[in-house]
Amino acid sequence: MITQHLPILQVIVPLLTAPLCLLVQDRRFAWGVSLAASWTAFLIAALLLDQTLEQGVISYELGGWPTPWGIEYRVDTVNAFVLLIVAAISSVVLLFAQRSVAKEILFTRIPLFYTAYMLCLAGLLGITVTGDVFNLFVFMEISALSSYTLIALSEQRRALTAAYQYLFMGTIGATFILIGIGLLYMMTGTLNMQDLSQRLPAVTGTRTVETAFAFLTVGISIKIALVPLHLWLPNAYAYAPSVVSAFIAATATKVAFYVLLRFMFTIFGVSFAFKTMPLNFIFMVLALAAMFAGSTAAIFQDNIKRLLAYSSIAQIGYMILGISFASVTGLTAAILHLFNHALMKGALFLSLGCIVYRLGMANMEQMRGLGRLMPWTMAAFVIGGLSLIGVPLTVGFISKWYLVVGALERGWWPLAVAVLVASLLALVYVWRVVEVAYFQAPSPAHAGEIREAPRSMLLPTWALIIANLYFGIDTSLTVGVASQAARQLLGVSE
Amino acid sequence: MRPPIQPHNLVLRIAAKMLIPPILMFALYVQFHGETGPGGGFQAGVIFAAAFVLYALVFGIDLARAVATERVLSVLASLGMLLYIGVGLASLFAGANFLDYDVLAQERMEGQHLGIFLTELSIGMAVAAVMMIIFFAFAERGVRR
Repeated sequence: MITQHLPILQVIVPLLTAPLCLLVQDRRFAWGVSLAASWTAFLIAALLLDQTLEQGVISYELGGWPTPWGIEYRVDTVNAFVLLIVAAISSVVLLFAQRSVAKEILFTRIPLFYTAYMLCLAGLLGITVTGDVFNLFVFMEISALSSYTLIALSEQRRALTAAYQYLFMGTIGATFILIGIGLLYMMTGTLNMQDLSQRLPAVTGTRTVETAFAFLTVGISIKIALVPLHLWLPNAYAYAPSVVSAFIAATATKVAFYVLLRFMFTIFGVSFAFKTMPLNFIFMVLALAAMFAGSTAAIFQDNIKRLLAYSSIAQIGYMILGISFASVTGLTAAILHLFNHALMKGALFLSLGCIVYRLGMANMEQMRGLGRLMPWTMAAFVIGGLSLIGVPLTVGFISKWYLVVGALERGWWPLAVAVLVASLLALVYVWRVVEVAYFQAPSPAHAGEIREAPRSMLLPTWALIIANLYFGIDTSLTVGVASQAARQLLGVSE
Repeated sequence: MRPPIQPHNLVLRIAAKMLIPPILMFALYVQFHGETGPGGGFQAGVIFAAAFVLYALVFGIDLARAVATERVLSVLASLGMLLYIGVGLASLFAGANFLDYDVLAQERMEGQHLGIFLTELSIGMAVAAVMMIIFFAFAERGVRR
């Protein structure tokens, strides 16, 4: 009986936890109940993925209203995969959170922190699970508003400006998306994604639909932080509390990327998005710009969190490049990288969280000699960094491999070269940290004082690192699901 | 914080005292007639909060805070949200989809009535509380409690 309700429970379980945290106002309770809810959501996501792989698309009608009229939740392989990674990252991050949050966030605000965290999780899962474009917008606002709060809860004063900047850009993005949805509704009279995809071909020639397409592309690109609309991202990630950086960096842009896939492939369709509109060319140029500008900027950062944030901008470029191939392999690479990048950035930001827990901040200066003082944390950072570069036996290698194969399949070998060169840039910025941490003596102020991070924080970090290695070796789950998802999006039969 | 309006603003004080009860009544009217006339939980919540805002503006924030404390408001807001989800889960446990009101009572019509009544009530509670929280957050800028 309960299995048929899994799509709605996926959202309701975290959503229910948020008011509970606010009501009880107890730190330990808030953490415990959030952790339990997040793991439940993870279990639900795993069951949903299993169901979709076996039985195909799951549809759930909210309130029993039949589909084009009521809100439909629709789970296929694509969003089941995204649900799984979002819930998984959130669950691991929450394991890590208790001590990190206690240290970085004002004592009295901790229950509020978990309230906002669970709202954000519910929003991200809701965006992914829904089959209704207006419902998607509402969940997008829920996750965005709560993430502004999460960033502003940091004790660093600069977090306030960062959150404010993010709020500005995020609101503009959301408004553009809403305008796009409104224009689509005007032309078709429907908000259901499946219904839209059937009704749109009749009106695609009109200026209104083209305008809607443009508004949606720009709006979603702001949310993804695609160059040149990325300016909100570095500060937001750099000044947020460590737990929030890890959670948001690993999930929020990925979910926005999923939204882009949904609109471009399911709703507008490949032939409109890539043949009528020149999206693949635009995306290819912007992806290359993101890959090089992001990596180059990362090389010159002094704050390691900012370094990772710029690296995220570059990694988003790889995903967008995968889309621009408009082929099964390219799209497989993009979806794979969505999953794999969540694993790497989650692991890297968690290991930084360990460093911030002991040192209070993470600048190059403080990292000196940390390889000796915090060996496990730095080892995790190095493996995460290798994965970011794309060294074989890590997940980073798998997604870049498919990306290069996709480029060669199309005969676009300069793009394959560009991917490899951009990876070398990643090597440079990861090496800078490694050099400082392993080949310089610890600063005298730190020696003897700094110990390894507590085990409750190291274990979740290493869990993600092991996932990085495991999915880099055994790719049957990730590649299998990603290529099936790519086929579904492109409408190619098995 | 700015001092409350002085005693010599007699007209304002009397007018506010006369207006606040009808505003509260009107909020309740909009709340409970939402299914047959214009209105509903959101509008009612805003009107209800407006009465408190007017009171706080005329008689001072401290007096308003005596009733609408931070704790009361946050409890009201979270209870509103919990009630909404609770209605949805109730229909789920009754064997229908989430928020399907048909199964909430013996008869389908009654179920729909009850479902709309409860969800609108939950929205009204949450909106009124959150509106007041936003107002106080701005009005008490820089004041430590």
